[in-house]
Amino acid sequence: MKRAAPIAAMWIALIALPWWLPLIGGYTELGSKVLIYAIATMGLNLVLGFTGGLSFGQAAYFGLGGYGAGMTLKYLVPSTPLAILVGTVVGGLAATILGPLVMRRRGIYFAMITIAIGQLFYFVIVRWNEFTGGEDGLAGFGRQPIHFGKFVVPLNDINFYYLVLLCFTLAVAVMWTLLQSPLGHTWVAIRENRRRMQFLGVRPERYVWASFAIAGFITAFAGTLNALLFNFTSPQDLHWILSGDFVIMIVLGGMRSFFGPLVGVIIFVVAQDYLSSLTSNWMTFIGLIFVLIVLLFPRGVFGIFERRTKIA
Amino acid sequence: MSAAAAPEAATAAQPAGPQIAAEPPFLQMENVSRRFGSLKAVDDVTFGMAAGELRAVIGPNGAGKTTFFNLISGLLPPSQGRVIFDGEDITRRSVAHRVAKGIVRTFQITEVLPDLSVFDNIRVGVETARGLNARPWIGRSERIAVNARVEELIGIVNLNDKARRVVGELAHGDQRVVEVAVALSVGPRLLLLDEPTAGMGDSETEHMVDLVRRLHSDQGVSVLFIEHDMDIVFDIAQRITVLDRGRVLADGPPEQISADPRVRAAYLGEAE
Repeated sequence: MKRAAPIAAMWIALIALPWWLPLIGGYTELGSKVLIYAIATMGLNLVLGFTGGLSFGQAAYFGLGGYGAGMTLKYLVPSTPLAILVGTVVGGLAATILGPLVMRRRGIYFAMITIAIGQLFYFVIVRWNEFTGGEDGLAGFGRQPIHFGKFVVPLNDINFYYLVLLCFTLAVAVMWTLLQSPLGHTWVAIRENRRRMQFLGVRPERYVWASFAIAGFITAFAGTLNALLFNFTSPQDLHWILSGDFVIMIVLGGMRSFFGPLVGVIIFVVAQDYLSSLTSNWMTFIGLIFVLIVLLFPRGVFGIFERRTKIA
Repeated sequence: MSAAAAPEAATAAQPAGPQIAAEPPFLQMENVSRRFGSLKAVDDVTFGMAAGELRAVIGPNGAGKTTFFNLISGLLPPSQGRVIFDGEDITRRSVAHRVAKGIVRTFQITEVLPDLSVFDNIRVGVETARGLNARPWIGRSERIAVNARVEELIGIVNLNDKARRVVGELAHGDQRVVEVAVALSVGPRLLLLDEPTAGMGDSETEHMVDLVRRLHSDQGVSVLFIEHDMDIVFDIAQRITVLDRGRVLADGPPEQISADPRVRAAYLGEAE
């Protein structure tokens, strides 16, 4: 229970974020963006860090979630909760259906097939002009106020941040429960030694599939919120470059720790936001930060804390 | 030795165990062969083992001992012949099916979950034994039951003081003990141990030998083990099967094996 104090502090900081973030030059949408990317990367990390599958095409499910939500609002019903639900199901089902193509692959082949599938969705979205807006992205929808009976919550930036924080809390609770469960233990065991698990009578592919599918649902969930944050989504949200950014964020923060990806996202998004206001070559500096962190903290920034608790 | 001698020895050995003859054998291999290209790693082996036996498999390097294990555990299908376990023909059955029937093995090269603690290694086995792998949550009472079983297994293998240590950082001998504990956690009826004491120091070897003996006598597990150390083999095995060039050269109680001139010539004479 040594972890209880920092986690409580984190939650207080997140709840109070709309008050303190502007004081240090940030803005509320930046907080929303960090939490959305945190949901996506923590979901991806179920596959990457905990099951040991190099999923390098995760943005596809993020983007599908976004398009699912945006198109629901634009063409079907003006309801924010339904948009989130539809987007999550669309992205999650895509991952579930394609899981069997992925589940037997290992190492670099896992990475290649996930990238290929991701790019497939990217080109479908780009080509399917009349519905998706093609290269220009999908616009012309907006998040709608949420109705609780007679009570209506308008989704201004601050209220939307709290909706995102609520979703983040929900996703964290789900992922934490999963990782404490026998299923989560099985994932980690497969990462550690697939052959050993086979000789305990476990068929690893099934569990890799489950991990990939669940990660798909969670990433898509994040993708729906991303579309609602900007009231816009574009093919870039499915592109392998974003998939790569997700992986970089996870490695920065620490892929073996539960909250590691959140730390990585904060570093990445804040650096991106700050550096891109200074120079158009901001990617160079992101790369430099990445190299330094990998050299200095091979287990990610969060790895320092892990080490400390292990020795203590 | 001449090829004709082997099947003769195998069949001659069958009636040697009077207590075995009464019931059908627990594990039965009938004329099993496994080829790798032109090499016959296991060549027309017929083998029977009764429930409750503690049996050693010995033989010079390249005799086919590990291939023999792979055929029993399901890592490899045989090129010919049948494997029968507890009355069921398992020749074409999957590893998972064999594990469910109670055939569990360890490997010559230690297979553990290196970044996890001893406790976590064994917990995965216990959860697997209870068929919980696919469960995305766990209730409090079930968690307590699982943890209690893990602690019990840790007690059986005497690793109480190392339960929270990361397995990859333990001594080699302790890692092998963890591997045996994980195998034990899924409730084996037939435990296959591939060189359990390989690479161990004296005290580690003693610990492992004691453990194998206790698993057999206290836990009622039938044990089949490959071993190079003849002191251990003749110390604990009730019966010994000698493989040479893929064939069964001899099969019987230790006294008979140590007196067998063909075994002495093919194996003991040149190896020891």
